[in-house]
Amino acid sequence: MNERADRPGADAGAAGSSRRGFLGVAAAGLAGVMVAPGIRLIEVAQAATGAAAGPTAGANPKVRWGLLIDTTKCASGCTDCVDACNTENGLDPRPTPTSAQWIRKIEIKELRTGRTSSAPMMCQHCASPPCVDVCPTGASFKRADGIVLVDRHTCIGCRYCMMACPYKARSFVHEPLTDQKPDVPRGKGCVESCTLCVHRIDAGGKTTACAEACTKAGHGAIVFGDLNDPASEISQRLREVASVQLRADLRLDTGVRYQGLGA
Amino acid sequence: MTALARAPREARDFWLLVLAGALVTAVGLGAAHYMDVHGHVVTGMTNQVVWGLPHVFAIFMIVAASGVLNVASVGSVFGQTVYKRRAPLSGLLCLALLAGGLMVLMLDLGRPDRIIVAATHYNFKSVFAWNVFLYSGMVAIVALYLWTMFERRMNRWSRPAGIAALVWRFVLTTGTGSIFGFLVARQAYQSALLAPLFIVLSFGWGLAVFLVVQATMYAWNRQALPADIQRRMARLLGVFVAAALYLVAVYHLTNLYYARQVDFAAFLLLGRGDGAGIFPWLFWGGYVLLGSVLPLVLVFRPQPGRRDLLAAAALVVLGAFAWLFVFIIGGQAFPLEILPGHAVSSSFGDGAIERYVPRLPEWLLGLGGLGAAFLLTTVGVRVLDFMPADDFPAAGQPAEGAAP
Repeated sequence: MNERADRPGADAGAAGSSRRGFLGVAAAGLAGVMVAPGIRLIEVAQAATGAAAGPTAGANPKVRWGLLIDTTKCASGCTDCVDACNTENGLDPRPTPTSAQWIRKIEIKELRTGRTSSAPMMCQHCASPPCVDVCPTGASFKRADGIVLVDRHTCIGCRYCMMACPYKARSFVHEPLTDQKPDVPRGKGCVESCTLCVHRIDAGGKTTACAEACTKAGHGAIVFGDLNDPASEISQRLREVASVQLRADLRLDTGVRYQGLGA
Repeated sequence: MTALARAPREARDFWLLVLAGALVTAVGLGAAHYMDVHGHVVTGMTNQVVWGLPHVFAIFMIVAASGVLNVASVGSVFGQTVYKRRAPLSGLLCLALLAGGLMVLMLDLGRPDRIIVAATHYNFKSVFAWNVFLYSGMVAIVALYLWTMFERRMNRWSRPAGIAALVWRFVLTTGTGSIFGFLVARQAYQSALLAPLFIVLSFGWGLAVFLVVQATMYAWNRQALPADIQRRMARLLGVFVAAALYLVAVYHLTNLYYARQVDFAAFLLLGRGDGAGIFPWLFWGGYVLLGSVLPLVLVFRPQPGRRDLLAAAALVVLGAFAWLFVFIIGGQAFPLEILPGHAVSSSFGDGAIERYVPRLPEWLLGLGGLGAAFLLTTVGVRVLDFMPADDFPAAGQPAEGAAP
């Protein structure tokens, strides 16, 4: 494919030098075009960070929010918590395989004994979240109060966090969205998951939509509260009953605990 | 035909190749735009299989990019003259494959428009973030390396640059393997073996790509690769393929040995479980038989011919795609074990094997990346002098010792 054998020597020298010049100018131009916007954006990003107090402003580091799921009170087929979450956060009420599901009901059967149970599954809000470790841009982050969130402004949609999550807790927004809730910003091409109703908590709310719906329906299978406060209902219950963390072998120190599961 | 008479036809053929490469790349870019407008719902990917066919193409190209540089390393670092003369082509292919692979990877993002965010926000605990530096560093080092080879005044720096490139490519492929190796939650991955496995796989895949391109360039220039060089490169490919097969075997044997991994190994290798169908076929038929055993038979024949070597190299590339599909897609299709010892079901596919079928935009995007790599190689080879300069007598005459 090269022409070396066909080209007279003198011409080759002249052509080589002009070509070298052209390549030099082209490379410098390309580098300028590629680097300049990046430098500009770094300035913008730094200015923005200076103006706002950062994404964790307002979260109380003394608090660790969590959930206790009592599977002995969770009825198979009941989806009150799921429906409440979908309504609260503007999610698809009739999910397809590509829809976001921040909370889902799983039907469980112990293989050895045949014992069945049912439980809601959602982001476990780990103290050492693998999704936060792997996120290249830092869009996946843990707030000071233990809530694990995705910053929708810096998520590039690489989906590495979904690969890393042991609980399949995260969803990717596969389609353009309409009719979003003002308190719950979402966007096509970003990854998202249960926020522990952070918009409610930050507005002074005392519980999540799922826990509220479960209690209101009289099941009482979900308790929300501060794991760090010894006097909170969730801490008292956790002291009294046996509970487990899912995939406890991974030592992620989950904020969601399950009662009545032998896992 | 004289050299002068050949020139216009050669120029026309060159532009035809450029046009073909540009067209495939443009179709790939079009597919990416279609995915960007409509979202990933137009692909076969779901919340279970989150990395689909584009990742198979991208990771092949990135791993092969690192491996193809091996040819240069054998030359510059270990002083093998035959390989030294092939170092510039090896560097060019490295850059072209890296560009093609990164193009696919970036355009498959949910928000490809935010790619600048990936360059301005870093989480240094993320293997992906390390890779951003490893890839851009690789481009810079290989570009420098090429410069030391082409610029006569810089020739004495060629060896240090070659050593830097060698070290960097080892780190880069360690990074690529670790993207999977550090995923503690997934049964398919979570193994420290993946980093060395990817390095050894890169040797074979990179050399295979190099051999295919080299064969094309020789055919274009109506030259034949001297038989002794051919034999040496064939043997080297054989050693790489055998070493990779060994490490792949060890990786799967580990899975078969651990009780908690047996179900996954049976799913991947034996097709146990609903919807596992394609993975054992791709593994045993695609990777082991066509992509490894057959190339080994071809290259270790007493006198491997030109066609044997080309066929072996093409089969290694085919096997690479088969293995990556099994590794990446198969690894995700198998359900996560959130509750060991329990059967689970849900509306979100818990406990169920995912049936992923890649859709047209994914194929087109992947092929677009290959098209971009092809385009860069074609233009690079034309603009600069990348033809291995060792064994050329006057144009049009067969080289000494050339295979018939």
